[in-house]
Amino acid sequence: MEKMARVTTALGGNALTGRTMFCHLDAPANAISVCRDAAQVVVAGRNIFKIYSIEEDQFVEKLNLRVGRKPSLNFSCADVVWHQMDENLLATAATNGVVVTWNLGKPSRNKQDQLFTEHKRTVNKVCFHPTEVYMLLSGSQDGYMKCFDLRKKDSVSTFSGQSESVRDVQFSIRDYFTFAATFENGNVQLWDIRRPDRYERMFTAHNGPVFCCDWHPEDRGWLATGGRDKMVKVWDMNTTRAKEIYCVQTIASVARVKWRPECKHHIATCSMMVDHNIYVWDVRRPFIPSAMFEEHKDVTTGIVWRHLHDPYFLLSGSKDSTLYQHIFKDASQPIDRANPEGLCYSLYGDLAFAAKESLISSDSNRKPYIGDRRHPIFFKRKLDPTEQFEYISSSSALSVFETDVESGSMDWFVHTAKQYALAGRPLAELCDHNAKVAKGLDRNQVAQTWTMLRIIYSSLGTVSSTNLNHSMGKGSTALPLMNSFNLKDIPSGLGSESRLDRSKGESRTENILMDSSSTLINNEDNEETEGSDVPADYLLGDVEADEDDLYMMDHENPHAEEQEYSLPQEAFPLRHEIVDNPSALDHLQDKADSPHVSGNEAETVSLTPVESFSLISISHSLYENRLPSDFFNPIVRDTLLFYAEQGDVQTAVSVLIVLGDRIRKEIDEQTQEHWYTSYIDLLQRFQLWNISNEVIKLSTCRAINCLNQASTTLHVNCSNCKRPMSNRGWICDRCRQCASMCAVCHHVVKGLFVWCQGCSHGGHLQHIMKWLETSSHCPAGCGHLCEYT
Amino acid sequence: MNRLGPGPVGSATAASAAGQYRVCGNCRKVPRQEKRVQVSPPLTRGPSAFIPENEVMQANGLDERTNLLVEEYSTSGRLDNITQVMSIHTQYLESFLRSQFYMLRMDGPLPLPYRHYIAIMAAARHQCSYLINMHVDEFLKTGGIAEWLNGLEYIPQRLKNLNEINKLLAHRPWLITKEHIQKLVKTGENNWSLPELVHAVVLLAHYHALASFVFGSGINPERDPDTSNGVRLIAVNNFCVCDLANDNNIENASLTSSNFGIADSLSELEALMERMKRLQEDKEDEEASQEEMATRFEKEKKESLLVISGAFDDEIVSTDVSRYIEDPGFGYKDFARRGEDHLPTFRAQDYTWENHGFSLVNRLYSDIGHLLDEKFRMVYNLTYNTMATHEDVDTTTLRRALFNYVHCMYGIRYDDYDYGEVNQLLERSLKVYIKTVTCYPERTTKRMYDSYWRQFKHSEKVHVNLLLMEARMQAELLYALRAITRHLT
Repeated sequence: MEKMARVTTALGGNALTGRTMFCHLDAPANAISVCRDAAQVVVAGRNIFKIYSIEEDQFVEKLNLRVGRKPSLNFSCADVVWHQMDENLLATAATNGVVVTWNLGKPSRNKQDQLFTEHKRTVNKVCFHPTEVYMLLSGSQDGYMKCFDLRKKDSVSTFSGQSESVRDVQFSIRDYFTFAATFENGNVQLWDIRRPDRYERMFTAHNGPVFCCDWHPEDRGWLATGGRDKMVKVWDMNTTRAKEIYCVQTIASVARVKWRPECKHHIATCSMMVDHNIYVWDVRRPFIPSAMFEEHKDVTTGIVWRHLHDPYFLLSGSKDSTLYQHIFKDASQPIDRANPEGLCYSLYGDLAFAAKESLISSDSNRKPYIGDRRHPIFFKRKLDPTEQFEYISSSSALSVFETDVESGSMDWFVHTAKQYALAGRPLAELCDHNAKVAKGLDRNQVAQTWTMLRIIYSSLGTVSSTNLNHSMGKGSTALPLMNSFNLKDIPSGLGSESRLDRSKGESRTENILMDSSSTLINNEDNEETEGSDVPADYLLGDVEADEDDLYMMDHENPHAEEQEYSLPQEAFPLRHEIVDNPSALDHLQDKADSPHVSGNEAETVSLTPVESFSLISISHSLYENRLPSDFFNPIVRDTLLFYAEQGDVQTAVSVLIVLGDRIRKEIDEQTQEHWYTSYIDLLQRFQLWNISNEVIKLSTCRAINCLNQASTTLHVNCSNCKRPMSNRGWICDRCRQCASMCAVCHHVVKGLFVWCQGCSHGGHLQHIMKWLETSSHCPAGCGHLCEYT
Repeated sequence: MNRLGPGPVGSATAASAAGQYRVCGNCRKVPRQEKRVQVSPPLTRGPSAFIPENEVMQANGLDERTNLLVEEYSTSGRLDNITQVMSIHTQYLESFLRSQFYMLRMDGPLPLPYRHYIAIMAAARHQCSYLINMHVDEFLKTGGIAEWLNGLEYIPQRLKNLNEINKLLAHRPWLITKEHIQKLVKTGENNWSLPELVHAVVLLAHYHALASFVFGSGINPERDPDTSNGVRLIAVNNFCVCDLANDNNIENASLTSSNFGIADSLSELEALMERMKRLQEDKEDEEASQEEMATRFEKEKKESLLVISGAFDDEIVSTDVSRYIEDPGFGYKDFARRGEDHLPTFRAQDYTWENHGFSLVNRLYSDIGHLLDEKFRMVYNLTYNTMATHEDVDTTTLRRALFNYVHCMYGIRYDDYDYGEVNQLLERSLKVYIKTVTCYPERTTKRMYDSYWRQFKHSEKVHVNLLLMEARMQAELLYALRAITRHLT
């Protein structure tokens, strides 16, 4: 209550003044309604039915309508409404199904006027006609809506929704005869008051009950609905089919919606459960409420704008037994606390990033990049002279980072994936093969790794047997051979490459140091960012404008907003080759700051060309001493972790598969699963379906293994009646015909069935294969040129 | 079930030797158990002891039903007796299986073995050995720790903390307060997160209610012989000898005031239909005052007290079951005990499933709300427009009376319901049955099942059971969710 801004608005003759204030009620409120002159408010609930007058600084209790010593259930109100034509007339809906009218003009203490006990179940809603004094509408849990003429004892007409309970009824403000009703099953019906036999139109608005609806006070075609599915939807009813034009997603089921007076696009909502706040949304900006009232401690059950033409005063009643008057000035505006940002990848890996200028310019480390292009942006907004709301000026900046096409190439990945051998041969052969593949792609370090794995894990017997061309029985001879092989090849190849990599690595780290905001983008071709600022108010919701002229962007780069998803992999070659350079490696490890990587510094360093020789020789000598290969497990594990850390999950997974049980226990299940899923994901993005399936099959993780067992069902339709076949694949339940006959032998196919996607004829796999070897036409004689690949 | 030896009888003997005689509610005799009556196992023909096998098997809409059963068999690898009996109402079965499958096997906050253990704890409150057996197997299959099956002392403290709420939910849900919830979710070593708690509550309510169905429909133990593990339980029967004699001829003088012949019960049916019609057509015949309505609710509430005697005051629980129970003496206590009736009535309109319960449950345990919602809706609206031999009957009032009567026993009042209807529509023997099945399902006997609505088909009685089960589940959920809501605000 600290901020008590006083607000005065001139509204024709009478002026509304007041501040944010509240009063305690004796009991939880279920609904509130306001008198036409905006000076009094009625609060109704299970145990309360009172009228308060709204004074300047406080609510003053005027009248308690709950009279009698033992109040009956007729006083237990689910809803209340004050007539907008007659200030003495009120109506309530009781939980026991009674509709009661009250006449404040009565001289006696008991103001109860009429009692309609026609509904069989709880009445959820009552509604007066906006212009007719005597017309009252009610909607009940029993599925009926009834229209009462207050001059008569009984209802004038009854409308049956033919569906479940009625949750809300609202007379249209503009169309004299029309009213809308919302139902528990998600439907909204429009009725003509003169035609009780059937509804004019019906459409499904929500998934689950529609709790409330509200006609737009100005625009005759607009109806807002709120439902249990946490949505507020705005429907345009002018067209023949109700069209959803706006949709706001809230965080809890929507209990009430009320259009804000004088603001075409604003709507106030409160929720039925969990969330106690009242929100005012600009329906065109559905992601963040434009204003928020956070005073209530329990769910808000009723909201109403104090005056028909005043957008600044909102009254609310709540389960926490308080009645509040909210002033718009005191509303909290979530937009103030939000940092509007946008991020988007283009088809070609470019990244566009837009943010508030103030956020970006505070980043003092920013530095222009070479080769950037300017992207002028315009924020334009048309000022509406009729709006009197304050404006804030805002500006934003857009940055576009472009990728170098060459460096993003992932050819090596595809080649490696295709050529690696993962199973089916002895370990040594697999390692050799894979080393050769890696080498062929100039990935010397990976090749080295494979070679070493072979040395570590191939037992004496297998080594000798796989190297038959060398002296038999003397396994150790194979190792010197390997050494010489390494010595011969490595120095020239790696030497040059490590030089290259060093330079790359350095420039990369420079980037990292210089610009923290660009760490996502790992290349030197970052584009400078450019913003232009124009006083604009596209953020604050308390403003009216058409979004078309909200802002315009001049795209020099038309792809800037398209999606591209393979960017994160672009830097793999750079990254893992950096390792070849000892200094860069050290540096990276410092940066990575992850325990397992820094812990194995010594081993990883041994992967560099010079030391690999020594390692091999050590392993050789150890081998002579018959050290178990388990001895190396920690080193191998660290190697794999290192590769995965570097982003080369391909190597990690391939080694994992090839080594199988030898290494599996060393790495915890979750990490393995994580690697597998990343690798499979990558493979699938490159459409390497077969390889990804092979990896899935070879994986030892249960979670991965079952991946290719999901959604293996193929649904087929009967070839006769074209309806889906539910039970068996070969006989149709409906037309009792065997659906899948072999076109060659004319028997039913119960096993593998192959068919042409062009003419949909087919048959036994063998038969069709044989047939199409000799003929190019369909065996069924339909004339289609089939093909078997 | 051939292994059913003198086990339960033995334990009963021990108890009666301690001087606790139990009087059979039907024949008013003290069961002479010291003689070790040879208790023959319940007839294992068919899925239910109450319903002849051919009744279950023959049904309308055979095709649809077969498909559903085939599907169920292929997903769960079995076709238990519950499913078979429920398959009389195919539409319902579908939504039942879907929600059960979701809460037991699909993604959810709780690990799989936990879910089955919670099911065991829930079923044990009603000594439903059928459900316990079923979930002991499942528990082990999903990788549960076998040691837990030794009893509550062997389970983690976290699960143990659930005992209190399990006990209250099963027997006196109106006692659940936000303090109970707070105690469970309070940060600490063994705290429950809210989604986990909601999952647990849904499971508990589901299995309490399912136990009602199992006893109410006399579900037979599964026939599969693989009872290799020693934990399998043997049904506990509090049957008196007269119950075991499986015929209806023994008239039950204490339940029905007069002996109806066939003709009587026919006219009884006609009279019921007549009353229903009257209720539907004109409500204006006598406009009851509000006070009158309130009195009627109170009266119905109180009346439910008189229903059922304290015949089985001392339960004898076999140790096999009792190891899953804490405080076994805690049972249903009438909501409105005479003398001390100052428990606040739960006003249904203030906290409804549709408005409040659904939103909360769905928020914390996504999608279960939709499944439960569909199930409640299904059971509430299920009708074939038939009553016994009559067709084209609108049974709405009858169904509503059943549903609301169950809620009434749990102290939930609908402002817009005239509880006088309950009195007119539900005969006394039916009330006895309803109260037994919902509040003390383990005491249900075939006699109770047979003694109401003699002219009605078995499928209709199963329908009644479904209504009772869902009404009970909803009542428990409403109380638990209301407490959670209060905790949140």
